Amino acid sequence: MKIFSKPLLLFFAAVLYFVPIDASVNAKFLASDTPPTYLSEFGFFQDMQNQIPVSTVHPYSLANPLFSDYTDKLRFVYVPKDQKLTYHQDKVFQFPVGSTLIKTFVYLNTHGDMEAQLLETRLLINTSAGWKAISYVWNENQTDAKHSVAGATIPTTFINELGASVEVRYRAPNQNQCKECHQVNKVMTPIGPKARNMDINIQYSNGDMNQLFYWAAQGWIESNLAINSMQSYANESMDIDERARAYLDINCGHCHIPGGSADTTGLYLNLTEDTKEHIGIFKKPVAAGRASGNLKYSIVPGEPNESILLYRMKSLDPGIMMPESGRALADKKGVSLISDWIDQL
Amino acid sequence: MKFHRLVKQAFLLPLLLSAPLYAAVHIIEPSLNAYEEIQEALILAEPGDVVRLTAGIFELEDSLSLDIDSVRIEGEGMNQTILSFKNQQSGAQGLSVTSDNVTLQDFAVQDAKGDAIKVKGVTNIKFLRVKTEWTNGPSSSNGAYGLYPVESQNVLIDGCVAIGASDAGIYVGQSQNIIVRNSRAEFNVAGIEIENSYYADVHNNIATNNTGGILIFDLPSLPQQRGHHVRVFNNQSVGNNTDNFAPEGNIVGEVPRGTGIIIMANSDVEIFDNTIGENDTVNIAVVTYGSETDDDQYYPHPKSIQIHGNEFGSTGHNPDTSKGDLAQMLYDLSGGNMPDIFWDGLLPVSQLVFGQPENEKMIVSNNGDATLLALDPIKYLLPFFDPAILDINLFEGEIQPLSPVVFDENF
Repeated sequence: MKIFSKPLLLFFAAVLYFVPIDASVNAKFLASDTPPTYLSEFGFFQDMQNQIPVSTVHPYSLANPLFSDYTDKLRFVYVPKDQKLTYHQDKVFQFPVGSTLIKTFVYLNTHGDMEAQLLETRLLINTSAGWKAISYVWNENQTDAKHSVAGATIPTTFINELGASVEVRYRAPNQNQCKECHQVNKVMTPIGPKARNMDINIQYSNGDMNQLFYWAAQGWIESNLAINSMQSYANESMDIDERARAYLDINCGHCHIPGGSADTTGLYLNLTEDTKEHIGIFKKPVAAGRASGNLKYSIVPGEPNESILLYRMKSLDPGIMMPESGRALADKKGVSLISDWIDQL
Repeated sequence: MKFHRLVKQAFLLPLLLSAPLYAAVHIIEPSLNAYEEIQEALILAEPGDVVRLTAGIFELEDSLSLDIDSVRIEGEGMNQTILSFKNQQSGAQGLSVTSDNVTLQDFAVQDAKGDAIKVKGVTNIKFLRVKTEWTNGPSSSNGAYGLYPVESQNVLIDGCVAIGASDAGIYVGQSQNIIVRNSRAEFNVAGIEIENSYYADVHNNIATNNTGGILIFDLPSLPQQRGHHVRVFNNQSVGNNTDNFAPEGNIVGEVPRGTGIIIMANSDVEIFDNTIGENDTVNIAVVTYGSETDDDQYYPHPKSIQIHGNEFGSTGHNPDTSKGDLAQMLYDLSGGNMPDIFWDGLLPVSQLVFGQPENEKMIVSNNGDATLLALDPIKYLLPFFDPAILDINLFEGEIQPLSPVVFDENF
């Protein structure tokens, strides 16, 4: 008998959370150097398979998520009781020690009759020594996820939004690969939960609400933050320059930023960079090797097919593709957006 | 995976104050599960530990990475312990290192899809008798760099071998305090390249069968630039006549086949006691960075270059005019009688008019019967003048030796 219920998972993940049962997060694991073997031991979820969190764990979402091989991502945040976050403009919120960001990667297979598949759950735990990344890989029965140090390769098939089935060699990253993206100047940091990337409404158990208001209602942040909100790059009514820069910021800007793991080449794709050459316009490759694709510049305005940046976004060759890890497939919508953007530059 | 704990010998303790008293040796043999075993060992290692890879071929599909300080990864010899990435499915390097005080020794990395070994942002890194190779020979589909430390301090590369990189076999970029010695680079586009770096000693190496043997470069718009203080001595840069196979767009793609040494846009470079010959285009070229840049912090001209005591073999017999402008320009200026040493003579306009500061002038001294050609850019622009300066004695001067690079190699 399958206990696992795709409709239920979909129901909770996308729409609504039951009035949670009163269970508590196992805080001792958050302070421990040795992570528990199984994800369930943390007590984040009252129902593991259907990813229903306990009352102290809250769902959240991002205006602009990072592309990860078309996975759906279920995000949750845990903040210790009566603690506050600190707001920094253009940066992620500063979370109190003990806070945990929980992200489950799943193929919901919404557009087909295939079961949903939970792949991995990544945790970022803020400890007194800084943020720590731990990864759990889901078992075949989808009952629990097991701690993984070296990552895992999960060859699988999913249904894309056109209803077609797609094969993927899904790769859960190892701990060092987490750092590749999450480290700036050798300090681990979350990427997604910047105020400007969170000013959107999502569904809570008691209805639709702006996330920042919800967080304010929890007492985590002030309710009157002056935020320069990002729109979703998928929003086609928005200015294409804004959309493209939003896309590059969230997908590339955590490494391509001064102090980030790709700063060696001087290509900076974070939102606040404004030097043309650093953004890539008529910038020669430095250490690209064959990943230049015999092209001369990162971005040639008006010539997407002459632009190394787009070439590397399209590639599936590990020696060429960007980002270096975290994807085995190309992001078709992203490629098309960046192509259009370069075309009109 | 076998797991042993060994007591460090007592006399080593003063050197290893930060390391724990007990260092573990993680021994890993080739197996189907080798990737997970190695990667797990590299993540769970404690400072002071050794990850030992036994002889044999490790077939790896994903890239390896180390981010724990003071770990040694060692094999049983560069021809015995082979990490093969022929079937690599993910990750842009073979091995990447981002932690301090790391030693890599006695193994080979083959056929990485991108760079073979990348080391970024560390203090103290040793490569001892490590080999990086693309086994199908020179090809533009090979990865860019073999040994690739970047943004690092105290870099020692000793007794290593680099073969087949489509950019540079041994590449040190944006680093400080660098020693590359007793190593061999062959069948790369650039054999050994020191780029945007400060204080490097490159000595007792052999660079052969590359497109260009040894390159001392500086490029604009990078976090660290204005490379300076590089000593290149007691090397052999001979027979670097492999056709340039760099993918287009890369700066080394402009290096003509048959180049011994190129110094571009660096200052305080001392090239001495080398054997440089049998290079089809030119033995030594001293040049300005030729492309446009918006970077106003960048200085594109070489300055304070000293070339002395070198032994030159034949050169210029078959110049490669297909790549960049260098060979064609040289061929035209020399009427086909190619020199050992070429300087493009380009300077800031003020210096063209009022002359170079004394301490920035190139000195060429005591190089046997070496020939030289320097360009006079003003005459080059005017009609009826021969812009070629051929008298090597004009560059005589007193050598001001640069200091050796010294750092504590016992980390």
